[in-house]
Amino acid sequence: MHLTPSGLSVPGPSRRTMLRGIGGAAALGAGIPLLSACGGSGGSAADSKTVTLGSNASDAVPKKAFAEIYAAFKKQSGITVDVNTKDHNTFQEQINSYLQGTPDDVFHWFAGYRMQFFAAKGLASPIDDVWDKIGGNFPDAMKGLSKGEDGKFYFVPLYTYPWALFYRKSVFQEKGYEVPTTWDQLIALCKQMEKDKLVPIAFGDKDAWPALGTFDQLNFRTNGYDFHVELMAGKASWTDAKVRKVFDLWAELLPYHQEGAVGRTWQDAAQTLASKKAGMYLLGTFVGQQFTNKADLDDLDFFAFPEIDPAYGQDTVEAPTDGFMMSKAPKNKAGAVKLMEFLGTPEAEQIYLKADPNVVAASTKADTSSYSPLQKKAYEMISGAKSLTQFMDRDSRPDFTSTVMQPALQKFIRDPKGVDSLLSSIERQKKTIFAS
Amino acid sequence: MTTIPTTSPEAATPPPGSGPAKTTKAAKVPQGHRRLLTRRDRLTLGLMAGLPTILHVALVWVTALASIALAFTTWDGIGFDAITWVGFDNFKELFTNNPQFWPAVQHNIIWFVALILIPTPLGLLLAVQLDKQIRFSRVYQTAFFLPVVMSLAVIGFVWQLIYNPDTGLINSLIGANEPGHYIDWIGDPDLNLWAILIAASWRHAGYMMILYLAGLKGVDPSLREASALDGANEWQTFKNVIFPTLRPTNTVVLVVTIIEALRAFDLVFVFNKGAEGTELLSILVTNNIIGESSRIGYGSAIAVVLLVISLAVIIPYLIATFRKERQA
Repeated sequence: MHLTPSGLSVPGPSRRTMLRGIGGAAALGAGIPLLSACGGSGGSAADSKTVTLGSNASDAVPKKAFAEIYAAFKKQSGITVDVNTKDHNTFQEQINSYLQGTPDDVFHWFAGYRMQFFAAKGLASPIDDVWDKIGGNFPDAMKGLSKGEDGKFYFVPLYTYPWALFYRKSVFQEKGYEVPTTWDQLIALCKQMEKDKLVPIAFGDKDAWPALGTFDQLNFRTNGYDFHVELMAGKASWTDAKVRKVFDLWAELLPYHQEGAVGRTWQDAAQTLASKKAGMYLLGTFVGQQFTNKADLDDLDFFAFPEIDPAYGQDTVEAPTDGFMMSKAPKNKAGAVKLMEFLGTPEAEQIYLKADPNVVAASTKADTSSYSPLQKKAYEMISGAKSLTQFMDRDSRPDFTSTVMQPALQKFIRDPKGVDSLLSSIERQKKTIFAS
Repeated sequence: MTTIPTTSPEAATPPPGSGPAKTTKAAKVPQGHRRLLTRRDRLTLGLMAGLPTILHVALVWVTALASIALAFTTWDGIGFDAITWVGFDNFKELFTNNPQFWPAVQHNIIWFVALILIPTPLGLLLAVQLDKQIRFSRVYQTAFFLPVVMSLAVIGFVWQLIYNPDTGLINSLIGANEPGHYIDWIGDPDLNLWAILIAASWRHAGYMMILYLAGLKGVDPSLREASALDGANEWQTFKNVIFPTLRPTNTVVLVVTIIEALRAFDLVFVFNKGAEGTELLSILVTNNIIGESSRIGYGSAIAVVLLVISLAVIIPYLIATFRKERQA
């Protein structure tokens, strides 16, 4: 009993000082965000000379290329672009809460369904006034890609890149291969490559999205652009005979693909093309990033996916487009509008392309004289296309493509025989997702 | 003396060595004790108990209950007015329509059984051997324990270098990266779960070893002596004397392993994101909830299933533990 009072009194003060310390630290801790919040809001509200920008360009090459655009913008307008860069995948995963919180004035995003989704949710500002100024710089296909479902503009495209079958010129020359333009020629070429101990088509689907690109090509070549759009919008049925035909063709081509695709990344698959072990590779032009040797890169070439149905020929090109949107309530709206206008100019695109030559400008006004032969070809392919698609996960609901299509296509690649049950499973899941 | 404690607790401290005060104090303490807490003390204690309670309720209970509620809705995560009630639709969809759900449940169970059958006995074996004070015991101990220190995500990266079908260690050594005789450790659903389980076991064995080593240190040496005197050989001693005394350790091992099996996530996510053959409940939750237009209701329904399974396992354990405590 005697211990109790002394036990209370002795640690008492020390406990209290400790608490005081904690309280102090808490006050300090609370003070820091307060201070920075003051600085932040004060900074952008008080001076209209700063526009904040949320960026997913976390890789070195694009990050530097964008920084050069912003530097040029500052020189021209005197407005500083305060860039807030996040890791590419993290940015995409958090975009939902990011746009609902306190987003930056302008942010990086993708054209197509993914842009329209946030526009329809009221999480982006319409920018028709920007398009009044920049409209002349873009072809009609790009204008269409930049509009929301309500017909207003929400997006400024910066660059785009086509998907195609890539190959090495030297390999084709050496073996006397010719670029196939029809399905039968493609199959014949695959057979020949197999005889020549080459993997006909390199393939890596570990990240689960590359196979979506193969499906897209087969589908719009077989059934045309309109059916592809309907299917992506959840209107057409996956159990339709037209879809079944796509998978039958795919099953015919699949044996010529590189074995073990589900365990391989696209980067590793690209290496087999670079090391001349594979004859062809279906991917976007970003495959060039894996060709680190300049001589190898100069040897790289591509051709459009061969015709399957003559009614549709090769009129559709898959060309994902990246660009910018304006958040719902930008702090510095006037500055953000100016920035968007600048981003829609050919100058901005040229600055970008100089630093990242794996893509082509979205604008038809951009100077193409400095393009590499590969870029020129990509540009011609896109500008000559009757219709442009964005890629399955940009043309359809991302929750559908990531939770249903990605695992389903991985399953198909491994076991092409179970198509019927796979397709009816896709259709059932699609109905619930598109109904919500 | 009676008025002092109400003014300040410090003043209530008996001056050291004040003999007569001591006796009066001892008698007064029971009633003065409560009064020793000034308003400030009460406030402090209230804050110390209250803040963690609020944090716990807000971060554990409210979120858990919220996700149970969300499991009966569909919600894309944008604005609260987008939440719509759908009753049991998510669960119906999950049980009947999701091709990944039952494989995921199955893989979680396989995960548990495999961890109990492979690394746990291995950890016990290692512990028994190391307990014999063999030479370089500490070196072995460190070597086997090292994987436990590493994050499972890091282990995933390390083992990918071994399993990579094109450039990995195994396929390069046995020449299984050529067309024709190709072994796809990461993509083949008949192989990939086992490949990952080996990586998980590699770490789990060290963890089990440390738990068992601690248990073995607690075994009374006189028991060993007694069984030696009775003429028991090493295996008999282990089977009849040592192992039964490890009962409390075995309970801990079982619970730890169940928890490891239910929370299995990081290794698989790094390895192949839960592709064909490696689906897990935790990964399905993540895939549905994280993303730009997420299926929060549906993902919550999967999370609720995971919660129910966890409760079914943990509640009997807690009941048993508390019963034991009450008896003691």
